[in-house]
Amino acid sequence: MTTTTPGRAATDPSGPVETFDPSTPPDPDDAAATQASISAQIQDIESGYRASGKLETQPRLDYPPYHSSLLRHPTKDLRHADPETIERESPCFGHRDVGALEADLTIQHTGEPVGERMVVTGRVMDSDGRPVRHQLVEIWQANAAGRYIHRRDQHPAPIDPHFTGTGRCLTDGDGRYRFTTIKPGPYPWKNHHNAWRPAHIHFSLFGTDFTSRLITQMYFPGDPLFALDPIYQSILDQQARDRLVATYDHEVTQHEWCTGYRWDIVLTGARATWTEPEEEHR
Amino acid sequence: MTGVSPGDRLVPTPGQTIGPFFGYALPFPGDSELVPRGHPGAVRLHGQVLDGLGQPVPDALLELWQAGPDGRVVQQEGSLHRDGWTFTGWGRAATDDTGHYTFTTLAPGAEPGRAPFFAVTTFARGLTNRLFTRAYLPADAAVLAADPLLSSLDPDERSTLVTVADAHGFVFDVRLQGEGETVFLRYPGH
Repeated sequence: MTTTTPGRAATDPSGPVETFDPSTPPDPDDAAATQASISAQIQDIESGYRASGKLETQPRLDYPPYHSSLLRHPTKDLRHADPETIERESPCFGHRDVGALEADLTIQHTGEPVGERMVVTGRVMDSDGRPVRHQLVEIWQANAAGRYIHRRDQHPAPIDPHFTGTGRCLTDGDGRYRFTTIKPGPYPWKNHHNAWRPAHIHFSLFGTDFTSRLITQMYFPGDPLFALDPIYQSILDQQARDRLVATYDHEVTQHEWCTGYRWDIVLTGARATWTEPEEEHR
Repeated sequence: MTGVSPGDRLVPTPGQTIGPFFGYALPFPGDSELVPRGHPGAVRLHGQVLDGLGQPVPDALLELWQAGPDGRVVQQEGSLHRDGWTFTGWGRAATDDTGHYTFTTLAPGAEPGRAPFFAVTTFARGLTNRLFTRAYLPADAAVLAADPLLSSLDPDERSTLVTVADAHGFVFDVRLQGEGETVFLRYPGH
């Protein structure tokens, strides 16, 4: 395991200028962390997890291979709280909040963005499989070249003047959402030397309860970067990881227009889970 | 897929970090102003998000969800396009370069005998999943002492969840790690 100073961004003299976190001074130790050392750390944690026999279906807050987590994870156990009235409800969004065109990320500018046009659609459900109706879904992502519109992203890949990479929609009466976008590219980041994120779309979701709130990332099937990525690997159960991977669906793909992916999302809801056995709480 | 049979529970989708690049997606004009600053009942809820070295976290996002002053839960759309007249009970605030956030809102009420609080969700780069907590109003000691969550904590822990009154409202710091670490919550089913 490579020794690193927690929470510090790296400067890699051979790479682009570090701008992910300009508020912290560069730490040469991080640049020395190789993929091999990160992968070994990932393997160690996974071996320990398997030996434990426990099931963890959410990411570990304390996951050292993801260096930015070192100083930002709570060290004390989360405290049990029975939801009070306000926590058993969720904020309400509607057509005053979200316009119908906001679900199409390819029509926000005067021209067509470059890359693979795609649709992603699916259902937002509670853990009983009931639809989360008329609720807000927000997404953001890199463009086809793996570049975000953001002052802290200086990855030397082209910005697409026709693609901002943000969208919103409301789920319908059956909990369905649907976005038209461009397939994002993978991109380098500064966790360690030659670190690359698998292509992903960030999803922000509200459910039936305040406690359902979720921000996560949707990935694409078969990405060769999964095994190398400490953010994806911070989820230790393979079945749980698989829940973040969309399915290619030819029924969603449209003739001479775009490819199609399907991804369903399950949110917690206290009403749905009051009777859940204690041993499943994790 | 049209649901599951009763008792056949689905496992919730895992969370992932918000990452550093949410700036064009999640913040929006008026996001942190649940009421205009000139509103006669306006209060400020503000503070810093701090890491394990006590350093400010400049790329965190906080969300606020609260009852109205009468203690009732609001179910009003319009948070994303505020009209200045509709109190939706929900807001969002990114931290600035000093790790500071501010909400302009109304003091929440609660049901009789319950301690009023703001429900707060914290997201940040480096945080693999969202963190839930509560920012209680500095109400009278008897009400706070009767609160089921607060009464389950020791005094140091309890103090991390109770806001401090200042000239315009309430101060609530979120300490992700280390000395004075904020108590974060796990709800049934999580």
